Amino acid sequence: MNELLEWLSDPAHWAGVDSIPIRLLEHLQLSGTSVLVALALALPLGAYIGHTGRLTLVAVTVANIGRAMPTLALLVIFLPFILRAGLGLGFWPTFVPLVLLGIPPILVNTYIGIGEVDPDVREAARGVGMSGRQVLLRVELPLALPAIFAGLRTAAVQVIATATLGALVASGGLGRYIIDGIALQEAPRLIVGAVLVAGFALGVDWLLGLVERRLAFRPGQRRHTADQVELRAAAPASGR
Amino acid sequence: MREDDPLIEWEWIIDNSDQIFARLVQHVGLTLIAVVAGLLISLVLALLVYRRRRLYGPISGVAATLYTIPSIALFAVLTPITGFGSIVTAEIALVSYTLLILLRNIVAGLASVPDDVREAAEALGYSSWQLLVKVELPLALPLIIAGVRIATVTTVGLVNVAAVIGQGGLGQLILSGLRSFFATPTYVGAFLSLALALAFDVLLVQVQQLLTPWAAARRPRALSAVPQSPVQP
Repeated sequence: MNELLEWLSDPAHWAGVDSIPIRLLEHLQLSGTSVLVALALALPLGAYIGHTGRLTLVAVTVANIGRAMPTLALLVIFLPFILRAGLGLGFWPTFVPLVLLGIPPILVNTYIGIGEVDPDVREAARGVGMSGRQVLLRVELPLALPAIFAGLRTAAVQVIATATLGALVASGGLGRYIIDGIALQEAPRLIVGAVLVAGFALGVDWLLGLVERRLAFRPGQRRHTADQVELRAAAPASGR
Repeated sequence: MREDDPLIEWEWIIDNSDQIFARLVQHVGLTLIAVVAGLLISLVLALLVYRRRRLYGPISGVAATLYTIPSIALFAVLTPITGFGSIVTAEIALVSYTLLILLRNIVAGLASVPDDVREAAEALGYSSWQLLVKVELPLALPLIIAGVRIATVTTVGLVNVAAVIGQGGLGQLILSGLRSFFATPTYVGAFLSLALALAFDVLLVQVQQLLTPWAAARRPRALSAVPQSPVQP
């Protein structure tokens, strides 16, 4: 305990390259960019699959592999290719796996959310003369929003957790404290890192959960709780 | 992982097959201990919750919080207490992650038993214990096994992360490859870990068909009450 307080009171841990604020910021940047890129890739693809009903097999396969793939392996599998491409250690070897990790939950929840839209509603939208594109953008996507957001939340928590392992391939972020703490056998460093990562993940989960609940209880819409959505989302993934 | 290195050196695999096999066995052991211990704890918790409904909120809340904590953080926090490279450190974290999935699926399974079935058993004079063992648990089996499948596949992946704290079976291969910039052990570890997850899953589907022959006419149920995809590290 004393060691921990000593470590925390060291000014070097509050300003500079290896300080807590900088490591937190790095972690936020790394996971934030990864989730945004994953969203940019998964949302259009999920919307296409949900809207047309085509390529469903692709989505199920992506979800299955995403579930069984060890994140540690994901991090390492691409390393040789990234090094060969001359991108070096640090950001890229962490960023690429994190994006891939973020895609499955968003993709699956998007296509399931759209697939769950009441057929009557879809038909009514067609009936008032909406084009396929309008149905997707004005009816299906808004109705699927709570489900999509639930997927985004899952992806964010996963990415934040896995960004920690990036320290193994020389990236920054809070993982540095854990990996270096283990290497140096420095318990305070290790504990500070672990508590910060856990707090970060729980905090983001809580915050996104609040938004998700707001989306789910919009008036005039079928109640769609996170559990319901994810219960369905889990079904295809385990249905080999 | 220098430019001209081949991705896989087959000779290394042949030379080190003993070590690879030992890691695989260790991986299976760590997974089995975690899932079996998790299942026992979850069963007790689920029965507790089933008799005292008020407890479901707090208990599943704690399980959900544990589930959200990144595994590497949990491994790291436990290390100063239970020791680096200790199997206890690894298992405390691994078991924690199975609880939410298993608890939710057992509770959902028990809740899925139709009321008239339960009433019929009571009318036949079943005690509440007999009702549980002979009627409710068997009918809940498909959902319970669905939970075990997800928990097992998740655990196989999580065990790899325990390599960071000196346990971790195949994860040790992945990590040693990473540390020495030698791709072969990494790919071997990753491939075997994926294959192991798949093998466990296929095996559990067989177990379910064996244990619930009445459901054999239908496809094995893939429904699960898992709240979110697993957070691995």
